[in-house]
This record gives sequence, C-alpha cells and structure tokens, in this order.
Amino acid sequence: MTEIGAFFAMGGYAGFVWSAYGIAAAVLGGLSVYSWRRYRDSIVTVERLQQDLGRRR
Amino acid sequence: MINWLANPARFMRLSARAAPWCGWAAAFVLAVGLFWSLVVAPPDYQQGDTVRIMYVHVPAAWMALSVYLFVAVASAIALVWRHPLAEVAARASAPIGAAFTFVCLATGSLWGRPMWGAWWVWDARLTSVLILFFLYLGYIALANAFDDPSRGGRAAAVLALVGVVNLPIIKFSVDWWNTLHQPASVMRIGGPRIAISMLAPLLIMAVGFTLLFVALLMVRMRTALNERKAMALRLNAGAIPAPRPGRERVASANTVVP
Repeated sequence: MTEIGAFFAMGGYAGFVWSAYGIAAAVLGGLSVYSWRRYRDSIVTVERLQQDLGRRR
Repeated sequence: MINWLANPARFMRLSARAAPWCGWAAAFVLAVGLFWSLVVAPPDYQQGDTVRIMYVHVPAAWMALSVYLFVAVASAIALVWRHPLAEVAARASAPIGAAFTFVCLATGSLWGRPMWGAWWVWDARLTSVLILFFLYLGYIALANAFDDPSRGGRAAAVLALVGVVNLPIIKFSVDWWNTLHQPASVMRIGGPRIAISMLAPLLIMAVGFTLLFVALLMVRMRTALNERKAMALRLNAGAIPAPRPGRERVASANTVVP
C-alpha cells in the first residue's frame, strides 16, 4: 500500500477516524459560518435603520 | 476588572480588533493541531489509529465542561450584579458549548464502537455528559422562550446555576462508579500519564478549540449587541412621525416588539 493510501486507511479504522473528524469539522465549521453570517446581517440591519432614521430627521 | 469590561461600548471597540486575531489564530493553531494529530502522532500500541479520535474527543469534552462553567459564572454575574454584558455573554456562549458537547458525544460514540464494541453504553460518564448536552439545550430553549428577553434570561440563568452540580459529577464519574470509560490521564494528581508524542497534539487542539471559542463568543456577542441596537432604532423610528407616506415599513416593524 502506498503511503498516502495507508494514511487514508487509518490502520483499517478509516470509517471511524474520518467520521469523527468530519463530524467535528461540520459542527464547528457550521456554527462558525452561521455565526459569521448572522453577524454580517446584524451590521447591515443596523446601518439600514440608521440611514432610514437619518433621512426622516 | 469585570466592571471595566462590562461596558458594551468598550467591548465593541476591543472586540472589533480582538475577534479577527482570535479567529485567525484559531485557524492556524487548529491546522497545526490537525496535522500533528493525523500525521505526526504515532498510532497507539493497543488502539491503533483509533487513538487519533482522542485529539478531537478530549479537547471537545474539556470545552463542553469549561464553556458550561463560563455560562454559569456569567449567569451568576447577570443575576446578582445585573451587568449588561454578562447575560449577553451567557446567551452567546451556550450554543458554542452545546456544539462542543455534541462533538464530544459523537466522536466518543465513533471511538466506543471499535474499542468497546458498543456505540453507546448507559454508564456514569456517558450519561452525565448526555445530561450536560440536555442542560445546554434547556438553557437555549428557556433563554428564547419569552417575548421579553430579560425574563427568559433570568429563568435560563437559574437553570444554568442549578446545572453546575452536574460538572463535578462528570469529572469524578470515572472514579466514583465502575465505568467503561477510562479514568483521567491528563488532569490528574501526579501529572499527566500519557506519552509526550500524544500529549502535544492534544494540548495544541485544546488551545485551538479555546481560541475558536473566544473568537465565536466575541462575534456572537457583537451580533447580539447589534440586534439590540436595531431593536432600539426601530422603537426610536416609531416615535418620530413619518414625514411622508411610503415609509411605514420601519414603523410597522414596531409591532413585533412587545
């Protein structure tokens, strides 16, 4: 077996090891992306409301 | 120190600079940690390559416990001293803690199947961590259950404080009861009992997870403060009479605010 193949095979436990790292990456990465998008949205909302308020004054 | 940090305007100024630094530091440290965990660290002489699951599982478990402690301390400060940022911090961190707890449970299950022969067993350690996960979910549900955010916040803060009793149960469950889960190997009296080649990636991943937590916490707190500001602006907009027709959009947004 090649060195790369052995790396991905994880000594025969590929399914368990890669699933564990995959779930961790998906959950923590997903939370990071969600939190970041909501943050951008909150900035846009505040700016829009401030503009609206400014125009009405 | 807490008083000084509890000023939301000061927090916004500081976190605007600190959050990106923490985020990039987390990405860098986690990249190093992943390389070390998956490539550099040796396979275990008994467990083979499944031991690599440890480098995600154990730091996630540490984060699950320490983030809960953070939620509880912030809740206590919010209840007793009514610091404006404490409740925001508790609310912002609970979903992060829940995510770490889920990662801990899922990776533990994927480690248990090849090593114990079972995805799940109802022993003291696993059950008490599952309860921790439900405590997080209960906190999040309660914090968002009321139209008036401050009422939900207080109820959730009380739940967070009561749930602290679960933390020592989790920590000492492996000593108090017969359990399939192995006892502590790193945070034990007499120092860590784990080879340095495995301790190094474990600690690097723990530092990476901590940095990720701090970065996410700041981003989520900034989001919450922005959303509060938006709510105040909407109320403010409703108080000023509209100068011309066609601008009811902002005023009508008021109706969702109790």
